Amino acid sequence: MSNKTINNRAWWLVTPVVLLVAFNALIPLMTVVNYSVQETFGDNVFFWEGVRWFEEVLHSERFHASLLRQLSFTGIILLIEIPLGVAIALTMPKKGVWVSVCLVLMALPLLIPWNVVGAMWNIFALPEIGLLGKMINGLGIDYNFTRQPLAAWFTTILMDVWHWTSLVTLLAYAGLCSIPEAYYQAARIDGASRWAVFRFIQLPKMKRVLTIAILLRFMDSFMIYTEPFVLTGGGPGNSTTFLSIDLVKIALGQFDLGPAAAMSLIYFLIILVLSWIFYTLMMRNEEQ
Amino acid sequence: MGLSWMAWTWPTVAFFIFIALAITTMGIWEKFSPGGNPRRGVLGLDTTRGDRLFISILGSAFIHLAWLGVMGTPLWGALIISIAYFIAVFKWV
Repeated sequence: MSNKTINNRAWWLVTPVVLLVAFNALIPLMTVVNYSVQETFGDNVFFWEGVRWFEEVLHSERFHASLLRQLSFTGIILLIEIPLGVAIALTMPKKGVWVSVCLVLMALPLLIPWNVVGAMWNIFALPEIGLLGKMINGLGIDYNFTRQPLAAWFTTILMDVWHWTSLVTLLAYAGLCSIPEAYYQAARIDGASRWAVFRFIQLPKMKRVLTIAILLRFMDSFMIYTEPFVLTGGGPGNSTTFLSIDLVKIALGQFDLGPAAAMSLIYFLIILVLSWIFYTLMMRNEEQ
Repeated sequence: MGLSWMAWTWPTVAFFIFIALAITTMGIWEKFSPGGNPRRGVLGLDTTRGDRLFISILGSAFIHLAWLGVMGTPLWGALIISIAYFIAVFKWV
């Protein structure tokens, strides 16, 4: 082949990364695969169980429920954060001193550690002492996120929107800034409406960064653990027990290593296939 | 050490040997019969041989899970479907 790489020796330079990944990802993953087909009662003694745990997880109502909760959560936050982030980016100034002010303000939530975000929102939303909780109750709405599933969901989603919309905004803003002024001038000459400018100039130009934003937000929210764990601890009941929280409950709470391993492999496969789809779509966008 | 290290079992050892062999075979195949450059398949995707291996293995995992969820054990049916899927992916995707 004429277009084949002639010298492949550069591949040796990735050896350190391969070794590192082998130790922190590959070997633990292999151990999880081994656990997933066995039962243990501790003491490093294992009994062969075959695919029983996989069958159990696939038929487990508990797994279906947390998967459904996870998908709903991810779907809802994507539906809110993406349009909201784009809308905020559209209203941000393009030049002047306010640009830096806006950018710093937008970046602030992103700098806060996840467990701190959870703790902050926990106190903020407490019905007796928290500013948000007290205010909502003051309006005459009965709100207690530690007791009502709906209020817990509302608080979790609000927290995630507060924490991560900025990321979408910053990415969308970067996309908007890359549009040359000439496009807008052409649109003005044609007498294009505000909507037409958005639909045919701004949106196509933001397509690539928005794909990245959706991918990042999808991945992060699908693996979300710390924030809801600190905020609600998965409760009330199981109402905000997302996949990762459920997984930790099974693996470390109940110490059911076999079922937890099977569940994490299924979780891993779901993430892998969805990421592959997103990645493929992104690469196709790149070509166009 | 033996099999107790990392809680190994023979079936899981065989599984990982299969994955390692598949990757090695890809290397040998490319060495003796180059042609792993991207091509456009029926899905409209540009895939290399490596991509097709990935799609095959990932797809087989889901075929096995689906079989296990719907039909239960034994998994021979899933294996046969997976082999057919493997061949189809390498031929047309």
